[in-house]
Amino acid sequence: MESGSSSSSSKVLMENIVDQPHVLAVDDNVIDRKLVEKLLQNSSCRVTTAENGPRALEFLGLGDHRHNALEGNVSKVNLIITDYCMPGMTGYDLLKKIKESSVMKEVPVVIMSSENVPTRINKCLEEGAQMFMIKPLKQSDIKRLRCHLMNSRS
Amino acid sequence: MDRNQLQRQVALMRSSLIEQVPNPSLPSLKLLVGYLDEQQFLQLEDLQDDVNPNFVEEIVTLFYKDSARLFHNIEQALKSRPVDFAKLDNYMHQFRGSTSSIGAIKVKNECNQFKEFCLAGNAEGCARAFQKVKQEHETLRTQLETYFKLRRQAGLAETV
Repeated sequence: MESGSSSSSSKVLMENIVDQPHVLAVDDNVIDRKLVEKLLQNSSCRVTTAENGPRALEFLGLGDHRHNALEGNVSKVNLIITDYCMPGMTGYDLLKKIKESSVMKEVPVVIMSSENVPTRINKCLEEGAQMFMIKPLKQSDIKRLRCHLMNSRS
Repeated sequence: MDRNQLQRQVALMRSSLIEQVPNPSLPSLKLLVGYLDEQQFLQLEDLQDDVNPNFVEEIVTLFYKDSARLFHNIEQALKSRPVDFAKLDNYMHQFRGSTSSIGAIKVKNECNQFKEFCLAGNAEGCARAFQKVKQEHETLRTQLETYFKLRRQAGLAETV
């Protein structure tokens, strides 16, 4: 449920990050989607999942049909976590699209991958990814992520 | 079998699935040794709570449903001429990711073998490696089914 107050949208974002961040988790693998969802829920996050980049963009209001332009000032999500290896639009492509958006570019994006490839990691971090995580994710990774998020907001 | 006995069986089976050292007092459990990565599988179990008491079983069910689809794709790709190794690698990458997420180390190791043959463009090698993947996959399924059944029995016994 979105907060109706428009005058304190940044305050709402801060509160959400502290209490119950809304996270968009993107992964084409159904097992990993379910796993990351549970890990996040266990850390008091509200989770929306998407199975690919285009669906994620649609949810964020950045898709081909930009019907959410008017609501664009208050970000729907506090964090986006996405798999790197996805067919069609990779996690990197998705990251770029998010960073290109005036509305969404402030939302932290975390990339996950089962492969530890330094050039890949650097590429993502340079493009503005907040963090890069190696799969399979553990509860401790999510805890670390939340700490990192809270620190970078202050 | 009373509740305590059932719970002991569940615990023993679980540790046999995970640990490298078989429990000598239960010879049938020797077959189960080392199928699952301790860290990962225990992590899955840690995610179970009152809201999702059967989370692990749900994930495993989902895994087998999804792997059926991927196996079908792999089989088709292995039959086609010429063999599309990029496609094969793709499908196997997907499957391997899932095995890693549930901690199925033996299955994952066979996936790694498959990948080697794929990279080398060796279709016959891929086909052989795939047979091994399927074998380990089936063996694990049987063990897990027994494990979950025992677990349910132990759980049911608690409510009596």
